[in-house]
Amino acid sequence: MFKPLTDIASNHIDILIDGETHHVPPDVSVAAALLMSSPRVRTTALSGRPRGPFCMMGVCFDCLVSIDDMPNQRSCMIKVKQGMCIETRCSLVTMDTDFD
Amino acid sequence: MDEGDRAFRASRGNFGLVWVQGKGVDYPPYARWTRLGADMWPGLADRLKQDTGIDIQYARPGGLEFCLEPADWDNLAAEMQQISRHTDFEFSYEMLEHSQLKKLVPQISNDVCGACYCPHDGHVNPLYLLRALHQCMDMRGVDYLPGNRVTTIEANASGFDIHTSNEIISSEKVILCSGLDNQRLGEMVDINIPVEANRGQLLITERVQQFLAYPTLHVRQTAEGGLQIGDSKENAGLDDHTTSDVVSMLAARAVRIFPMLRDIRLVRAWAALRVMTPDGKPIYQQSSSNPGAYGIACHSGVTLAAVHAKTLADWIVGHEEHPLIRDFSSSRYNVQTAH
Repeated sequence: MFKPLTDIASNHIDILIDGETHHVPPDVSVAAALLMSSPRVRTTALSGRPRGPFCMMGVCFDCLVSIDDMPNQRSCMIKVKQGMCIETRCSLVTMDTDFD
Repeated sequence: MDEGDRAFRASRGNFGLVWVQGKGVDYPPYARWTRLGADMWPGLADRLKQDTGIDIQYARPGGLEFCLEPADWDNLAAEMQQISRHTDFEFSYEMLEHSQLKKLVPQISNDVCGACYCPHDGHVNPLYLLRALHQCMDMRGVDYLPGNRVTTIEANASGFDIHTSNEIISSEKVILCSGLDNQRLGEMVDINIPVEANRGQLLITERVQQFLAYPTLHVRQTAEGGLQIGDSKENAGLDDHTTSDVVSMLAARAVRIFPMLRDIRLVRAWAALRVMTPDGKPIYQQSSSNPGAYGIACHSGVTLAAVHAKTLADWIVGHEEHPLIRDFSSSRYNVQTAH
């Protein structure tokens, strides 16, 4: 869907998006990496409806994904890292009772 | 007529509670009026759904007020007993010990001593409520005029000339329901509306699995799963910013009640200026020198929405004056204090 302005593939890093390896530039946000890599960005935890990055500046909360097992992260506010594991389908956080 | 989006709007600080317990401990008419309003809420929700198709997510599972100290539990029990006496013992409530509460809400920590459960309490999505009310007004031919800050109100032979930043509008009656601006506007038609700003800060978390079936004063789970956390009160003048100390206090208290919230992400924090009258009770006052002018002020706009939409409106249009309305006249502030 989107093309980078410069194409220097040599320093690209590998990230996992829903279990698939993608080569992405090292200095982009996770949201940008998702937009480069996949036309379908994510689905909501509650209704399963499709959503994608909208504001790209941390305000709209429509780009939430799970990053390295931390659910509901704003992907536009986090830079990609080598080996990062992204899940676009978040499930609702459960409320366990046996805490104390 | 409405000032515009830069106005201080109390509705921004709304928690979505339709709350009966604790109201009117020292003033029986307020306990009765609140209860009447809560009992009229199912009718308002149905009506809005019928007319607009909007489900405002009204539910009345009963509400909980948690007690974190044993002394709080004792004080609350005494207050509820007094409200029950005020309302001819038609007020139901149950003081729950920790173990009884744990059966209703298993996620509470051992720090929670107990709670008061009141079946008259409920909650609603205040955003959908606002939208439904606006849509209803539109369907009934109400002209909503935003961006019209009222500068002066002048009485004339047939009513009032209302001067705004844009135009002059004439009407037979004028109803002041402008929150914090009511003090200024009330003076123009000789009504005393001594309101003050009361800042509330609010937090909302990411959406989590439904676990909290009951609205509470400090934490409420929305129909979508987000947790609204609040109940701070500050006198901060007209400053509607958040502060890190209050945000931290709210978050820490929520985690003290529900320890598993420690791992939940906050999505937003914001503050709003709510309306507070000197005694916390509503003001409903017709001007004696300009009888077509009415001043309306209250803190609990959502709780009282149904009784305002019907009973208060009936009084203003001249159909019927409910006997409780005169208990909220602002003349109660004119009484001299004995020294």
